[in-house]
Amino acid sequence: MKILYFAWLRAKIGFAEERIEPPVGVDTVGALLDWLRNRGPNFADALKDLTIVRVAVNQDYVSNAYRLNPGDEIALFPPVTGG
Amino acid sequence: MIRVQRQDFDPGAEIALLCKDNHRIGGVTSFIGLVRDLGGDAAIRGMTLEHYPGMTERKLAEIEAEAHRRWALDASLIIHRYGRLAPGDRIVLVATASTHRAAAFDACRFLIDWLKTEAPFWKLEETASGEKWVDASAADTEAARRWE
Repeated sequence: MKILYFAWLRAKIGFAEERIEPPVGVDTVGALLDWLRNRGPNFADALKDLTIVRVAVNQDYVSNAYRLNPGDEIALFPPVTGG
Repeated sequence: MIRVQRQDFDPGAEIALLCKDNHRIGGVTSFIGLVRDLGGDAAIRGMTLEHYPGMTERKLAEIEAEAHRRWALDASLIIHRYGRLAPGDRIVLVATASTHRAAAFDACRFLIDWLKTEAPFWKLEETASGEKWVDASAADTEAARRWE
């Protein structure tokens, strides 16, 4: 699946986009966030406070319970500040 | 109507176009957001607006459709810019047109309040001490909650 990072999450992680293949069992957004934050110090730093991380799947906001599918486009970003 | 663009817009021309040939419209409300030169207590030299292409348009269209469900609007327009902007530059235009003013006023306020908490845009401000991502405001969340 494809995963996108925006704003300071992108800056902390170091890149904007990647393709990931999470291990079997990582099948919800919550499990994915736990898996991601253990991928290195950049991820640990970017994801240390999940209360300020928003998740969208296929361009809709989702909760941690959302069940992932192989072709999903996932995006992680901070609370929005437009307008 | 939704537009997400890098370039500036002319509010007068946009509003004239929005109301053109629709003589049921009795009033138009517009909101124009500008880049301030102060963020907290730091002087702002400029800012860069980042967004999530695709999701941005999708969320704006959803918010606009919700406004049309709630109020009797004849026309509406949201233009939001991205890219680098300087103090005084226009960021966003929200315009709502209706037969009577109440719907136009309320829908305009609703659109900007919801846009600020739902549409995936992020502001990176430039100050003398470096660049800083703007934090989401609790007041904005509170303003949006009013419409739930």
